[in-house]
Amino acid sequence: MNEMEELYREIILDHNKRPRNFRKMEDCTHHADGHNPLCGDEIEVFVKIEDGRIADISFQGEGCAISKSSASLMTSALKGKTLEEAHREAGIVISMLTGKGATADVEELGDIAALQGVRQFPARVKCATLSWHALEASLKGEAGTSTE
Amino acid sequence: MTFLKEEVEHFVHPPIGGTYTVATQTHTFDIEAVRGDFPLIMREALRKPPLSYLDNAASTQKPQTVIDALSNFYSQDYANIHRGVHFLSQRATDLYDKARETVRRFLNARESAECIFLRGATEGVNLVANCYAKPLLCRPGANIVITTMEHHADIVPWQLAMEDTGAQLRVVPIDGRGVLDEEAFEKLVDENTVIVGLSYVSNVLGTVNPAERLIAAAHAKGVPVLLDAAQAAPHVALDVQQLGCDLLVISGHKIYGPTGIGILYGRREILEKMPPWQGGGDMILHVSFAGTTYKGIPDRFEAGTPHIAGAMGIAAAMNYIERIGIGAIAAHEHELLEYANAAVTDIAQLRVIGTAPGKAGVLSFVIDGVHPHDIGTFLDADGVAIRAGHHCAEPLMKHLGLPGTARASFGMYNTFEEIDRFAASIRKIVKFFL
Repeated sequence: MNEMEELYREIILDHNKRPRNFRKMEDCTHHADGHNPLCGDEIEVFVKIEDGRIADISFQGEGCAISKSSASLMTSALKGKTLEEAHREAGIVISMLTGKGATADVEELGDIAALQGVRQFPARVKCATLSWHALEASLKGEAGTSTE
Repeated sequence: MTFLKEEVEHFVHPPIGGTYTVATQTHTFDIEAVRGDFPLIMREALRKPPLSYLDNAASTQKPQTVIDALSNFYSQDYANIHRGVHFLSQRATDLYDKARETVRRFLNARESAECIFLRGATEGVNLVANCYAKPLLCRPGANIVITTMEHHADIVPWQLAMEDTGAQLRVVPIDGRGVLDEEAFEKLVDENTVIVGLSYVSNVLGTVNPAERLIAAAHAKGVPVLLDAAQAAPHVALDVQQLGCDLLVISGHKIYGPTGIGILYGRREILEKMPPWQGGGDMILHVSFAGTTYKGIPDRFEAGTPHIAGAMGIAAAMNYIERIGIGAIAAHEHELLEYANAAVTDIAQLRVIGTAPGKAGVLSFVIDGVHPHDIGTFLDADGVAIRAGHHCAEPLMKHLGLPGTARASFGMYNTFEEIDRFAASIRKIVKFFL
């Protein structure tokens, strides 16, 4: 695999072309904007919590292949998870992306592990973490977050 | 190199380093000699893949003569200026004055006192917004006129100055090619316009605005113009008297000079009307606790110890540009732009943003279905440095309905081979993502 194939793995290209859960959610219980003022990426995350579980999760916005596929992968992975599981997963993903993650934890991520190539591209790490930070902000009840 | 032979062979290189005839001047432009003057360009050309530095609108690389000017000043001539009776201080002061004279010559200002050393073009706009515009913005109906193509440094300083004044920011529209609507300009500028803030060359679209005509139109209504020539200075010969501009800003780092140094030019009459910018040493005549009197121009706008070495550096950069010849540089960059346009014109998914006639060496583009950042990262892996994003011109991007663009921008040391690598990488991107 060359450098670009390492970064843009098949799964990432697929989620970029056909983003999952790419829609606005009218009846969400939580939502937040993720904004990267440096590049202009904007991702809006919508979450519906029922009985401590993520009953539905979706996103909207404009961004590069990395930020879009990361958001798409996130929504695919977290639907049906408990809040506790979601927080844990977000923690593992952010650690993986920023280079602090233990390999053992990354293995349990499934498709999301495809994002680990991003670590080699410091300028792109914030693209990948954007939706995850927006998710955390929404669950904390904050209106938005900004990665810079 | 990784690009495919058949992808590049149909671009026949125009003769490189030939003689360009421009207006009345004839310069021999020797691209190999020019490249040899830039140590970073020479060194990075040896790496694999070789660097193609096509991000000159963001900042330019430095020729050895500029690097030497900084180094020599610190190793041989350094002292503070305007302060000591000792010979070193006198010598540093003389060199600083000489650098200002070089700036005067580069801009064809009437006198060197009209050229203020600041940190850069951005500081110049902020100075004018605060010291010239702000006191006038409280008048009823006051407005400032800018254009859709302005970047943030030509928007935000005016907005800050306008806060709580009730003044209006008027924006002159552009057409689909990125050409300014001159009729709208004439309508929007009126007797209540405090100042016009105008980019000479757009950093995103490459549009070269008809500055002389627009300035004359503003003057016909008694309105002064601040011309942001930061992007123009490396491509266009600047002559403030011919342009008739009242105020003009440039940045050192965009004309192959150091960062942290730039110029505000102002006509004496207009600068003398302006209150000081920052208070401190070097800008005062007498200080007492009851009150202080200020020096005349340029000192009153240069409080504290300035970037003296930066002044040496920007003067060296101007001397260098004059030696190579701005006309020859412009002609070379024009050929590069034409060549780059031709190299990507058959890529159906690629759309060039900014097609104004006679534009400067900037190629902004989008590829449908590939985000500019992904283009930038992919090109980088092939050694091609470009800028991707909103280019500090968010309102313009909004106007264009784009999240951003990818932008290749050319400098005097760029070659056709570098553009071949750029175009080959773009073809790979299209195959990879689409």
